[in-house]
Amino acid sequence: MPTFVYMTRCDGCGHCVDICPSDIMHIDKTYRRAYNIEPSMCWECFSCVKACPQHAIDVRGYADFAPLGHSVRVDRDENKGTIAWRIKFRNGTEKNFLSPITTKPWGTAIPKLAEVPGPSREMRDSQLLYNEPKYIRLDDGDLYTLKAAGLKMKKGVYY
Amino acid sequence: MAYKTIIEDGIDILVVGAGLGGTGAAWEARFWGQDKKIVIAEKANMDRSGAVAQGLYAINCYMGTRWGENKPEDHVRYARIDLMGMVREDLLFDMARHVDSTVHQFEEWGLPIMKDPKTGRYLREGRWQIMIHGESYKPIVSEAAKKSADKVFNRICVTHLLMDESRENRVAGAVGFNVRTGDYHVFKAKTVICGAGGASNIFKPRSVGEGSGRTWYAPWSSASAYGLLINAGAKMTQMENRIVLARFKDGYGPVGAYFLHLKTYTQNGVGEEYESKWWPELQKMVGKEYLDPEASHLTHRPIPTCLRNHALISEINAGRGPIHMVTMRAFQDPHLEEVGWENFLGMTVGQAVLWAATDVDPKNENPELTTSEPYVMGSHATGSGAWCSGPEDVSPPEYFWGYNRMTTIEGLFGAGDTVGGTPHAFSSGSFTEGRLAAKAACKYIDDGKAEGIVVSDEQINRRRTEIYKPLEHYKTYRNAIVAGSVNPHYINPKQALDRLQKLMDEYCGGVTVSYMTNEKLLKIGLKKMRIMEEDLESLAAEDIHELLRAWELKHRHRAAECVMHHTLFRKETRWPGYYYRGDALKVDDENWHVLTVSRRDPKSGEYTMEKAPCYHLVADE
Repeated sequence: MPTFVYMTRCDGCGHCVDICPSDIMHIDKTYRRAYNIEPSMCWECFSCVKACPQHAIDVRGYADFAPLGHSVRVDRDENKGTIAWRIKFRNGTEKNFLSPITTKPWGTAIPKLAEVPGPSREMRDSQLLYNEPKYIRLDDGDLYTLKAAGLKMKKGVYY
Repeated sequence: MAYKTIIEDGIDILVVGAGLGGTGAAWEARFWGQDKKIVIAEKANMDRSGAVAQGLYAINCYMGTRWGENKPEDHVRYARIDLMGMVREDLLFDMARHVDSTVHQFEEWGLPIMKDPKTGRYLREGRWQIMIHGESYKPIVSEAAKKSADKVFNRICVTHLLMDESRENRVAGAVGFNVRTGDYHVFKAKTVICGAGGASNIFKPRSVGEGSGRTWYAPWSSASAYGLLINAGAKMTQMENRIVLARFKDGYGPVGAYFLHLKTYTQNGVGEEYESKWWPELQKMVGKEYLDPEASHLTHRPIPTCLRNHALISEINAGRGPIHMVTMRAFQDPHLEEVGWENFLGMTVGQAVLWAATDVDPKNENPELTTSEPYVMGSHATGSGAWCSGPEDVSPPEYFWGYNRMTTIEGLFGAGDTVGGTPHAFSSGSFTEGRLAAKAACKYIDDGKAEGIVVSDEQINRRRTEIYKPLEHYKTYRNAIVAGSVNPHYINPKQALDRLQKLMDEYCGGVTVSYMTNEKLLKIGLKKMRIMEEDLESLAAEDIHELLRAWELKHRHRAAECVMHHTLFRKETRWPGYYYRGDALKVDDENWHVLTVSRRDPKSGEYTMEKAPCYHLVADE
C-alpha cells in the first residue's frame, strides 16, 4: 500500500506529513485532508499510522501481490510504553500482540553530554569513546587491542 | 525563483543524514567537542528516518564480551568468511571492540532488550544477534542525538558537498534544499560526517507496481552516501559487492530470527533438503578454503551467505522450486509463534500485512522464500562504501591517513552505509562508527586542520542554479505538449528511475538475468549509463516533491555507475549467489584477493581503478 486515509476520520492535522520518512503523505488541497501521493514509494513502515491521533490511516497491502480483505491495526502509546497490534486475515482469523517500546519514561534516561565532565588529555589521545572502558564489559577491563589479543595485520591470502 | 537562501555558518561538525550512523555521530560529538557547534541535516524527520525508521526486532552486532561470549577478533573472522575474505579487518576490529559499550547505553536509555530467564544475559538469537523490542529504537536514538545537537534541520535533501577553495580536496560543508518550503540551504562546516543511506532501487525490483515500494532496504535509502561522495571525488571501495537477500517472498520479511531462534529450515518444492547437493560443484568454483561443509559442521565457521543463495537460486533454476521455509513445526509452540509474528511487526510490518491478505498462517503452511533484487550498501551483510582511514593502533600504512573513519577527502568522515569494508555492522555497529567518526572529527578540528576554509559565493550560487534546474526545465518545456508526461524535451524522475533499474538489471546482473553479467554486457551498460547522464541534464520536476525524487535519482545514477565500473574491474566471481561474471566464473585468489578502490575525477568524470592490499588478522608469532 500502501497507506490510505479515511475521509471521515482525517482532520488534516498533518502529523503524518510531518513524520513520513518517504515524504509521500501530503495534504490534499481540495479536501484539506492527508493522502498518499506516491504509493510505490511507500514501505508500509507504519510511521504515519502510528502517528495519527485520529486513527485515520490504514494500510491496504500492495496491489501487485496482496489480495483484499485484510487489516493490520496498531495503537502505539508512549505514556504506557507499549504497542498493540491486531491482525485480521482475509478469512477472518484474528491475532493480537502487545509489546513494550521502552523501559523508561521518554527521554529521561539520556544524559546531556554538554553537562558531563569533559574528557582528559589522556582520554583524547587514547582510542576510548565516551563512558569507556567501563561500558564495554561493565568491569575494570580495558579496551581490546591487537597486542593484547596476540594478533597482527598481515597482507596476503589468509582465510 | 522566490526560494530563499538560508546560510548556517560556523558549524564545526555537520552530520548529513541522521540514521543510526548519523545519530551516533551527533551524540558522541558533544562529549569530545563540548563547545563545538554540531548541526544535523536530515532528509526526513529524524524520529523516523533511515533504515531503522520502522524499528528492529534484533540488534545483529553485539559481542557479549562482558560474559565472555565472543571476542572482537571472532567477529572479524566471521565477517571475513561471510564476505569471502573481502573486508577491512582494521575497521571491523575497531567497530567490534567498541560496539558493546554502545548497546549497553541503548539499554540504559530505555531500549527494551530481551533477557534469557535462565542466565539473566541478553537473549541470543544467534551468535552475534540479541533480541529486542525495538519498535521505538529510532525515536530513542534520535532523542539522544537531539540532546547533543545545537540545531536539527529536518526535511533537507542534501545534494552536494561544499569544497574548500583554498586547499584542494578538503570539505567545507554541504548544500541542499528543504523538501517542503523549497528553500536553498547552505551549511558551512569545518567537518562533515556523512551518515546518508545506501542504495535501494538501483536494480529493477521483482515487484511491478505499488509493491516496488516494498524494497528490502528502505526506498528512501537513495544512495546519497555514495552519490555525494563520488561526486566530490572521494575514493570508494568494494562497490561491486552488492547483496541479494533470501527472504520471505514478496514481503521480504526477515529470516534471521526464523533460522536462528525458531530453528525453522528450508526445503525445495518436493520437500527435500537441497543445499548440500550443490556444494561439491560450488566447491570447485570457490575452493575448499571458502566452502568446507564438514569444517563448518564441526566448528562455528558459517557457510558464506552468498553461497547459500547460490544453492537456492540453482535449485529454483533446476525446476524444483518453490523454496519453502518450514515453519509448521516451530509455530505449534505458542511462544515461538508469537516471536515469529512480533519479529515482523517490529521491523517489516508489510510481511504481516501480506500473510494476513493471503491467509498464510505459518502454523498451517510453510511460506515461500525467494531471492531479492540486488542492493548496494555498507552496513548490513555487505561492505560497499567509501575508502576510509582506520584507527592508529590497528591499521597498516595503506589503511591509515591520520583520522579514524576519514574518507580520502580531508575533513569528510563516514559512518554506517558510507564506510566501505565494514559489513555486519548493522544498527549498533553503524551507531558505533558514528561515535568513532565524531571523536576523530573533533580531533581533526582541534589539531588545526580545518583552518582557513574558503567558500566563494560563486560556488554557492552555482550549486543553487544546479539544484533547481529540473524545476526550471519543467517550466520551460511543459507547454510544448498538450498534457500528460510524454515530452520530447524531458523525462521525469520516475521515468529515469525505470531506465536506470532496467539497465542495471539487464547489464549488471539483476534478478531477471539470474544475477549474471560479463565484460561485454558491462561495457554496453556503461555506455548507456553515460548517455543517461546526458539525459539527466533534461530531468524535469513538476514540484518540490519531484525535485526531491530528481536528486535521489541523480545520486542513484552515480552510485550505479560506480557499481558497474567496479563490477567490470574485478574479473572473477567472488560472491556466487550475489552476482556472476560469466566470463570469469571462479574465485581467483591469485589475482583478486584484493580490495577494489575507485576514484571518479570530479572534473573529467573519468574513473581510475586500483587494487588495494587485503590485510587479515593473524596470530602474532
